[in-house]
Parts: sequence; structure tokens; C-alpha cells
Amino acid sequence: MKTVCRIAALAAFFTGSAASAQQLAPSPTLDAIKARGHIECGAHLGLPGFSFANDKGEWAGLDVDYCKSLAAAVLGDATKVKFTPTSVQQRWAVLQSGQVDLLSRNTTITFSRNATLGVNFQGINFYEGQTFVVRTKAKVVAVKDLADATICVAAGSTEEKTAADWFRERNLKVTIINFQKNDDAISAYDQGRCDAYTAGIGALAGQRIKFKDPNEHQILTEIISNDPQGPVTRWGDERWQLVVRWVLNGTIAAEALGVTSKNVEEMKAKSASSEVRRLLGAEGKFGQMMGLSDDWMFNAIKQVGNYGESYERTVGMGSALKLKRGANELWTKGGLLYSPPFQ
Amino acid sequence: MPVIRFWRDRKVRDVLWQALATVGLVVVVVFFVRNASDNMVKAGIASGFQFLWRDSGIEVPFNITGYKPSDTILALLWTGIVNTILVSAAAVVVATVIGFTVGLMRLSHNWLLSTLAAVYIEFVRNIPLLFFVLFWYFGVLSALPTPKESYDFLGVAFLNRRGLWIPLPNEVTGFQFALLAIVALIVAQIGLARWAKARQARTGQDFPTWMVGFVLCGLLPIAALAVAGAATSWDVPTLRGFNYRGGFVLVPEFVALFMALSTYTAGFIAEVVRGGIQSVRQGQIDAARALGLTPGRVVRLVVIPQAMPVIIPPITSQYLNLIKNSSLGAAIAYPEIVAVFMGSALVATGQAIEIIAITLGIYLTIGLAVSAFMNWYNARHRLVTR
Repeated sequence: MKTVCRIAALAAFFTGSAASAQQLAPSPTLDAIKARGHIECGAHLGLPGFSFANDKGEWAGLDVDYCKSLAAAVLGDATKVKFTPTSVQQRWAVLQSGQVDLLSRNTTITFSRNATLGVNFQGINFYEGQTFVVRTKAKVVAVKDLADATICVAAGSTEEKTAADWFRERNLKVTIINFQKNDDAISAYDQGRCDAYTAGIGALAGQRIKFKDPNEHQILTEIISNDPQGPVTRWGDERWQLVVRWVLNGTIAAEALGVTSKNVEEMKAKSASSEVRRLLGAEGKFGQMMGLSDDWMFNAIKQVGNYGESYERTVGMGSALKLKRGANELWTKGGLLYSPPFQ
Repeated sequence: MPVIRFWRDRKVRDVLWQALATVGLVVVVVFFVRNASDNMVKAGIASGFQFLWRDSGIEVPFNITGYKPSDTILALLWTGIVNTILVSAAAVVVATVIGFTVGLMRLSHNWLLSTLAAVYIEFVRNIPLLFFVLFWYFGVLSALPTPKESYDFLGVAFLNRRGLWIPLPNEVTGFQFALLAIVALIVAQIGLARWAKARQARTGQDFPTWMVGFVLCGLLPIAALAVAGAATSWDVPTLRGFNYRGGFVLVPEFVALFMALSTYTAGFIAEVVRGGIQSVRQGQIDAARALGLTPGRVVRLVVIPQAMPVIIPPITSQYLNLIKNSSLGAAIAYPEIVAVFMGSALVATGQAIEIIAITLGIYLTIGLAVSAFMNWYNARHRLVTR
């Protein structure tokens, strides 16, 4: 009986894959995800607002939401994603070795990473800019006031180099102390080892609420770098990269087209806009072109929400971080976010 | 049959097996290296050792090599090696001193001393070292004041959370002469000790070598340094904005790692010393006492020389452990080889395999050098048994 079942399953599997293989390029990553039933997502060790596990072990945050959208699009269920916390040093090896399907963890897109690490960046879900957190009583207004200061930083991040370069170019002397983990760098800053701790402004907003008294610390408004961040995949498997890229575009397009988790059913049924209908799978069969079901973005938006909803809930005004949209607003509203058309 | 005779020759057989094993090993290594590099090329990951000559751009807050961020990654590696050796060497010396003291205390007939030593050993041996390092680090930090409230030593040296700031001389020629003088004094002391030993062998008369040595090697160098110090101007650290600038700073990361490594390893060395001393037969001690030697001399002249051959091999592994444990400095931002090279440089270049291989090679080299030295020392000081 068992053998019969197995043979039947195998037969079904082969006919199924044969049918899809007719139009689609092979995607070992997508096949593996469907076989194991969940997505392996490389997250941050713990960064409130972006990727942070609460005391019940539930992950939340902007980067986490993206992985949930992806799970909803690929598997139809936003909960079918497993998060692997990765440190600054581990992340590349974890991705390159295939331990995770993608990284979604505040990782800055840079040329040398793209050129030498065998990784691709699939778009931007957060425009980050580097700045500093200092003690309020230190009376620092601009970054140049930090001359002669001691600065704590996580080793090997882009922040380490950006800060060193910024002060060197201006002939200002600072001492930079590199810690292996963000958390150690922050507690050393908290203990008074450093005058400032540097990271992206969004990351700092998340870290600041972890201090004993957040009001004793102040985040400088001056930005010393542009750090666009987004999901990362390894080289190879173009179809998987396509999925990762267009789910991100889809969440941004949904916001631009006014599709939210509340009205998504109504929009799918009644919307007159062809782009909305194509996005939600009412026409065009876009999901099938990538080997997904046609309601891929419908599921993602219904279960997780569009980009704007996710932003407000995790890092925006609806969260403890209270970050304004700024550059992370749609281009139509003065920001930089933009999705290529769903055509 | 010549073929069979050839097989029956044990020497030939041994050589053949050795050659076969070597070839096998080489083939396996070559296979793994080629496999790794092929896969890396396929995955689009850069490989090779050219990155060592790239500009590093990484700041190292504590270095004695004169490294600047505009130097190459090779210079960064060298700075990391020097920092590893610096903290290990300092900790090895202090761990040995504490370890011997505690080991002897443990054997003392004084109840308080031996109990204290036992408590120390058990406490230290049963705590994870990483915890110990973090404990020392955050302990050191929270015990010290902020830069504005620094402890001030005569207006020239300052101690605060950012480290111990000491003045540096602007002119070093005076110190070079002082250094020469110190070397000359040490040579004189060695000569004197030889002469005293020969005289004692000849006439049986004792000579206060240690007292003379204290004056020669202790007091005179201090005088020489004082003269040299008076002859030059000093770069005295001053408070500028957030921090002191000028002079030399001993960072708290160094102090914390040094303290953690030396106090931790001392616990193990103490047990090794105790075991070594207990291996000396009681009859030896009784005989020495019967000859009228003072208790201090019994230990110094009879017990320790016989205990040393037992002590040195396990103490060598403690030294090696200490050197390897110095890699935990990465956790508290002490810029040793794992922190600056396997941490910062690895993430800056992404060349994990090369960097980890180099780091392995360096630890191996340092470790083999230390054990070679200790074996030589052991062979040299082995008791001549008659």
C-alpha cells in the first residue's frame, strides 16, 4: 500500500514538474522551498523595527515583513518562513553556503560586495543613512563636533569604514573601537567606553529605545552616507532572483496603486485598473510566468499588507521608533520608492 | 625471486608506505583546494591573495607598529599579530608568577593560605573564559571615571574609562643609551652569577648574588632611565574635547584581556605546579632540611629543580591555551589578529577561506615556536642524573 502511494506521489511529481518545465527555467531554490514547505530567511541578530524576535520568539519588523510577504507569495501562507539570525560577519557565508534562501537584514548595497561576494541585491526596501547616537549632555550638534571623540562601531559593517573615511577626509582625529557584535558595541557605549555609537539612522532609532533611559541619548540629524538596503540573494537561479525582486516591487506597487490589506479583495473583484488586476492575478496570469500561483501578490498583500502599511506598523508612526517616511516615501510623494510597471 | 625479497625488506617497505601516505595526503589536499576554488569561481566569489596588498581603511585604536588606515591589509595583519603576541607574552609572564605563587600557597601548612588558594583555583577553573573576559571588561569600565573626572597622577598620567594615558618622550636617544646600559648590566649580572657559582663549587662559600642583582638589574636601570628622562622634553597627554590626546594610551580592552587571561590561566598553572611539587619525594625535602637549608632554599634549590621536568610539559600546553584564548579579545574589541583580520578585514574583502587559512597558519607558527622553545628549555634544564 505504502509503495503504491509513493509511486503515485512520484508519478504526480514528475508529471507536474514536466508540465512546468515546458516554459520555465529550472529553479532549484524554488523547488527546495516548495519541497520543504517554508522559506529560510537570514535575519538580523536583533534590531527593533527591522528584524527582532519578541519574548515569545515571534519575529517582527520591516525586513521580517518582507520575508513574510515572500512566503505568502510563494507558498500562500505568510507564516511559512523560518528566520535564521545572522551576525555582520556570518551573513555572507550563511547565504553563499545555501543555508538560507535570501538575506533580509539591513544589508547595504555596495559595489565590492556585489562584485566579489557572489551575491546580488534585489532592490531597495529601506534608504538608510549613517549617523551617530550621542549622550544628550555631551552637547553635540553636528558630526564634526565629534572631533577627538571615541566611537564604538560593529566591525566589518559599512559603518566602520564610512566613519573612518569621513573623519580622515576632514583631518579630524577620532578613535574607532570595533566590536564583533552590535550589542557589545552598544553596551560599551552605554558603559561610557565611547562618546558615540554609529550606525544607520533607522537602526539607531531601534537601538535607542533599548537604552535604560532613551532620553539621555540623542540621534544626530546629520547623515554622513547613503546606505540603500534590501534583500540579497546568491548568484545563480535567475527565476528565484526574479521572484525576490518582484515581490518587493509588488509591495511598493500596491501602495502606489492604493491596494491595502483591507481593500485587496474588493480591488481584485472590482478594480477598473488593468495594472491592479494584473498585480492581483485577476488577469494576465503573471504568477504562472514565474512558476507561482496567480494570486501570489494577492496573498502577500492580504496577509502582510503593502509597503506603506508594513512601514507604519514596524518603524513608522505606529511603532516605537516613530521614523518619518523621508526618502522611504513613494516618489509621487517626494520620496525615492518606485516600482517598475506590472506590464 | 627478487620481487619477493624486495617485499621482505622491512626498510624498503617502510619507505614505500611512507611515500604512499604522502602522495595520498597531497592528492586529498589538492582535491579539496581545487574543489573549493572551482566552486568559488562558479559562485562568483573572488579568490586569491591579492587582497593583502589592498588599502585597508580600517582603524586600529591600539597599535605599536605605527599602522595607519591608509596602509595595506598586510600591515593590518601584522598589527594584529603584534597585538596578539603582546597580550599573550604579558599574560604568560604574569600567569606564571601568579600560578607558581598560588600553587605553593596551596601546599602551605597555613590553613588560611591553602584554603584561599584552593578557593581561587576552583573558582577560576570552573568559569567559562568568555564570561571571565566580559566580566573583567565591563568591570574595568564601570570602575573607572569618565575622561572629565580622570584620576590624575601628578598632572602627567591620567586614568579613565578610555584607558591609562602616559607621557611619551619627544627625544629617544637618551633612552637608547639607557637601554644599552641596562643590557650591559644584565650581562654583568649573568657573569657575576657564574663566578659566584664557580666560587661556591670551589670553596663552598656563598655569595649574595640576588642582593647584588637587585641593585645591578633593579636600581641602576631606574637611575639610568631617570637620567634619560630628565634630558628630554615630554609629550604629556592633555584633555582636548572628549578625550586626552598625546602621549601613549593603554586601552582598557588590553588591560581587561590581559587580566582575564593571566588570572584564568594562573589557576591551571597553580595545579600543574602543585602536581609537580608533590611528585618530588618527601625524602628529598627531609634530606635538604637535615642539611640545615632554610625552608626557602629547600624549595628553591631542591624541590623546584626536581619538579620542573614534571611541570614544564603541561605548563607548555597552558601557555599554548593562553595564546589561543587571546582570540577572545575579539569579543571586547581588543584589536588582535582574530578581531582585525578575521573580523574587519574578512568582512571588508569577503575572502573567508584565504583569511581563515592565514590565521590558522599564524596560530600554528606561534604555537610551534612556543613548544619548540619550551622543549629546548626543558632539555637544557633537565637534571643531570648520576
